[in-house]
Amino acid sequence: MNTELLPVLTANWGDERAWTLGAYRARGGYEALEKARGMEPEDVVEAVKASGLRGRGGAGFPTGMKWGFLPPLDEGPAAGKPRYLVVNADESEPGTCKDIPLMMASPHTLIEGVAISAHAIRAQHAFIYLRGEVLHVYRRLLAAAREAREAGLLGDLEVIVHAGAGAYICGEETALLDSLEGRRGQPRLRPPFPAVAGLYASPTVINNAESIATVPAIIKNGADWFAGLGTEKSNGVGIFSLSGHVTRPGQYEAPLGITLRELLDLAGGVRAGHELKFWTPGGSSTPLFTAEHLDVPLDFESVSAAGSMLGTRALQIFDETVCVVRAVLRWTEFYKHESCGKCTPCREGTYWLAQVLARLEKGQGSEADLDLLLDQCDNILGRSFCALGDGATSPITSSIKYFRQEYVDHLARGGCPFDLAASTAWASSGFGARKLAPQPPQAPPVEVRALASLETKATEEDR
Amino acid sequence: MTEVTLTIDGMPVTVAEGTLVIRAAETVGVQIPRFCDHPLLAPVGACRQCLVDIPDAGNGRGFPKPQASCTIPVAEGMVVETNNATASKAQQGIMEFLLVNHPLDCPVCDKGGECPLQNQAMSNGQGETRFDGVKRTFAKPISLSPNILLDRERCIVCQRCTRFAAEIPGDPGITLLERGAQQQIGVAAGKDFSSYFSGNVIQICPVGALTSAEYRFRSRPFDLVSIPGVAEHDACGAAIRIDHRRGRVLRRLAGNDPEVNEEWISDKDRFAFRYVDAADRLRYPMVREESGELRPASWLEAFDLAARGLAAAGAAVGVLPGGRGTLEDAAGYAAFARETLAGADVDFRARPLSAEETEFLAAQVRGAGPVTYADLDAASDVVLVGLEPEDEAGTIFLRLRKRRPATGSGSVRIRTVAPLLSPGSAKLGAELVRCAPGAEAAVIGKLTEVTEESVILVGERLATSPGALAVAAELARKRGAKLAWVPRRAGDRGAVEAGAFPLTEHERDADQIIDGVLTGDVRALVVGGVDPDDTADPAAFLAALDAADFVVSLELRESEVTKRADVVLPVAAVTEKAGTYLTWEGRRRPFPQVFNLPATYSDAQILAQIARRYDAHSETGGFEARSARTSTTGTPSGGFEARSARTSTTDPLVEVRGAPATSLETTGAAFHLATWKLMIDNGRMQVGDKAYSATARPAAALLSRKNVIRFGTTVTITGDRGSITMPAREAEVAEDVVWVPSNSTGRGVLADLASPGSTVEVAPA
Repeated sequence: MNTELLPVLTANWGDERAWTLGAYRARGGYEALEKARGMEPEDVVEAVKASGLRGRGGAGFPTGMKWGFLPPLDEGPAAGKPRYLVVNADESEPGTCKDIPLMMASPHTLIEGVAISAHAIRAQHAFIYLRGEVLHVYRRLLAAAREAREAGLLGDLEVIVHAGAGAYICGEETALLDSLEGRRGQPRLRPPFPAVAGLYASPTVINNAESIATVPAIIKNGADWFAGLGTEKSNGVGIFSLSGHVTRPGQYEAPLGITLRELLDLAGGVRAGHELKFWTPGGSSTPLFTAEHLDVPLDFESVSAAGSMLGTRALQIFDETVCVVRAVLRWTEFYKHESCGKCTPCREGTYWLAQVLARLEKGQGSEADLDLLLDQCDNILGRSFCALGDGATSPITSSIKYFRQEYVDHLARGGCPFDLAASTAWASSGFGARKLAPQPPQAPPVEVRALASLETKATEEDR
Repeated sequence: MTEVTLTIDGMPVTVAEGTLVIRAAETVGVQIPRFCDHPLLAPVGACRQCLVDIPDAGNGRGFPKPQASCTIPVAEGMVVETNNATASKAQQGIMEFLLVNHPLDCPVCDKGGECPLQNQAMSNGQGETRFDGVKRTFAKPISLSPNILLDRERCIVCQRCTRFAAEIPGDPGITLLERGAQQQIGVAAGKDFSSYFSGNVIQICPVGALTSAEYRFRSRPFDLVSIPGVAEHDACGAAIRIDHRRGRVLRRLAGNDPEVNEEWISDKDRFAFRYVDAADRLRYPMVREESGELRPASWLEAFDLAARGLAAAGAAVGVLPGGRGTLEDAAGYAAFARETLAGADVDFRARPLSAEETEFLAAQVRGAGPVTYADLDAASDVVLVGLEPEDEAGTIFLRLRKRRPATGSGSVRIRTVAPLLSPGSAKLGAELVRCAPGAEAAVIGKLTEVTEESVILVGERLATSPGALAVAAELARKRGAKLAWVPRRAGDRGAVEAGAFPLTEHERDADQIIDGVLTGDVRALVVGGVDPDDTADPAAFLAALDAADFVVSLELRESEVTKRADVVLPVAAVTEKAGTYLTWEGRRRPFPQVFNLPATYSDAQILAQIARRYDAHSETGGFEARSARTSTTGTPSGGFEARSARTSTTDPLVEVRGAPATSLETTGAAFHLATWKLMIDNGRMQVGDKAYSATARPAAALLSRKNVIRFGTTVTITGDRGSITMPAREAEVAEDVVWVPSNSTGRGVLADLASPGSTVEVAPA
């Protein structure tokens, strides 16, 4: 098992002005594009297929296979229609924070990936659909696209960076397409799939930002290099985002199959003086894990076998000061707020779940409410129109599975048995129940990423 | 077509490939509960109520989770369970969710008793909810239009209404707003829900969220008696359902007739029925005293006086039935004129007409082989001439819209020969073949790519466009295209078939009857449902009523005719008699009587009563008059000469009456007047529902951009009969054309503005 970090996408994050074209090219940026342009588009698709790259947006669908679903250019119903490449950069899941730091630190990695992918699928238009709230990232992407265009790197390709208006559902690929077309963002009925009739009813490839950003490295280093990394069915490297009660939160890039125990070692462990209580392997939509899952290899198959999903490798770490009922209620309120409203189980189910959980957190209700919650989740899971409803049930069912007694304790005590302040970032300032070792003040997001990249650099030097 | 066999609840089912599971289940009587699903709307899979268990998808493998049967097509060998433990639990779970935020106010809800949510909550719900939390609330109701009100709390956001609005009439004024549990139907930003078909959303709403202003809180479904009917407002023959209680119609709904109107009707068909109960409705016969006053009379006296008065005029009688009657009424008028009155003139046309049209009706319409809605479905090319389906034939509009190019389902090319691309034509995706009013003949003659696959629909307005009907008929004949005449009134086609118009050269048409009264050749009139302001010359019509020796009026409500009549005979309204309409296709649309009222008679029954008394009187007073008429027939009067001069022209293209064009060139300020009646306007049969009337499109003149800049946004239009001042709006019309709605202001264009085919002047107001 791999125990070391392997910075590929993150390798240049610590460089001086890493986001500029100059800095990116100084590291060999856009060489992969040049190489790809010398290849037949079909060969690029083959290379991505051979690399075993699987979608980094959560579902893990093989990227090259998705490209292969495009109907022929010159015959059939799609004949004469343009092809579009759409990058899903609407990163909004609680805990997930890989694409935004990537685009912030090195937007050219994505732009180069877009240029290669567009070449591979013969698209003349590429759209990057970015979460609208991250204005700083939006500016860097716009600037990078402009730099690349002005440097003549994009050729005929038109790259359009589009800022969404702030809806979690628009990360669902067909809702994203509707939103990109200027419509209300709600998932579409499939079939037709986007490969056949996607953006503007034309054949469309839609991939996660990290997936596309990985393509240059595959072309540059070869499919075999990528396929040789990771585990048998989960090839390559991925960004693991550690957040929460961890000493050094940030992005840790490593081959798939690394374990949380190894990642925690690299990140300085759980918050000093505390121990791991529960964690999410891939964002709030993936069922919770506990300390017993510290050695589960973080690849698609192993996490799935252990009862959760690798998702977006958003590892949220919660120590023993955290009330799981409270955490689950917060997530459920998120899903209630973000449910698009299209289908009944998700719209009404999340509305109801939040009320039952809020009552439980206050110690009201009865133990029968736990069975009610599970039954509600059973009526949502697999019944809703898209995966949003499914995701909303994950924290609830998994938390009741592992922490049923904690729910019961709320009822027995008539309220939350936890000292809420103890779980906060300022708990060590003396406000909380326990006296803890002094901690550095919470770093702003950009510096968190800098910290992460320093960490990765250090590992490189160690080797 | 490939067929697929599958098993639903243990029963083998064979259906066409591509059929949705929910439809396939219906064929074996299995009703899967559903809300968002509607057979005439595209599937959306939103409500999830129709979840079923599919243990075998046809490939030996099952779906691990229940599937929405409204979006999943059948597959060979598929096994579907709609009622096993998995499916039932899924359906009950969704039902419970749907009721979480529903107010459960069935006891005070208009829909209670005919509510799919209520019914399916009973059939597929748990009976008791486990939800004991706080329901979300909304202010209610809100107006989606002046006529349609929305209760957002009852709404289950199945999107049937928004999908209907966008897909069927193409009026996407309502949309989803907000998200999650706050998601609601609302008026789209910057738009309004002004649709001629808006009432359908009330009917397809599976809960009581949508109500109409007038029916709201008026009745409970289980107190209503339903009778099938046929809409009387246009020649489309839409099937309707008439719901009545205690002798009054409370509401009308669309009937389900796949061959005609499918499940949709226009707002006019749905809401415009209160004219029957208007305050000026005539309830008893009246006769005119020596003093000039009308006084109530018994039926017997009225019949007798009518017979005596008509007998005194002999055959010098003009019979004007109007175009609103049933086939039976039209036949009654025709027989009364030709047989009882022994050769009186009869013409149903209560609108501008021409001798050319008379020939066209006799040669091309009467007894013609049917062109049907199915032909519209099958045509590759449809040409509209003098017809605006959205305003004048709503069912045709929806039928054609199904095949607009964007749907891609065997799309049709639609061309409209018109002075401008109306909003309705735009929604059809029609190509405009631009044509100045009156110049249709030349434009039709030049139409290319008309084949046997084409259907040419000509509107009744073409009557006053010189040569146009003949050229259209010739075009259809030469190219083998189908030709159909689409009148505006429900009784028009029936009247043609009944022969209630001049069948020989020696009979007068409606205009000639009026001329005849004014010249003294015609002495008496029998007038049915004719609004004088609809006729070619309203002033002449009224003058003729004054000049005639004797006028019998068969009317529903007090009118300019009854005010001048010697005998007023109240007729049965459409709900008070059984009868038959013929659609524009010639399709028979019989309908039963709704109310059996004492001493209420249809036009035909009244005419039969007069006929029974006629001969007794004609023995004495009628002879002279009739012999006079006979001599007239021998030597045609001026009217006939004028007509034969017109009809003698062999090539209709040569004879384009030049008055409009020449006056345009000479004065420079003259505009061609383009006009038609909007669907919702000041028509006499549309009174009584203010909320409905408020949905009428505002009256505005349409001018070119240049002319709007030149004249401003309020203009005065002046013609040979007067002036109208109204707002002006920009449209894609020619520089020398102004479009005005025919009957949306004052007494209408023919009474207030200009004679048919004349030009008008436009000036800043």
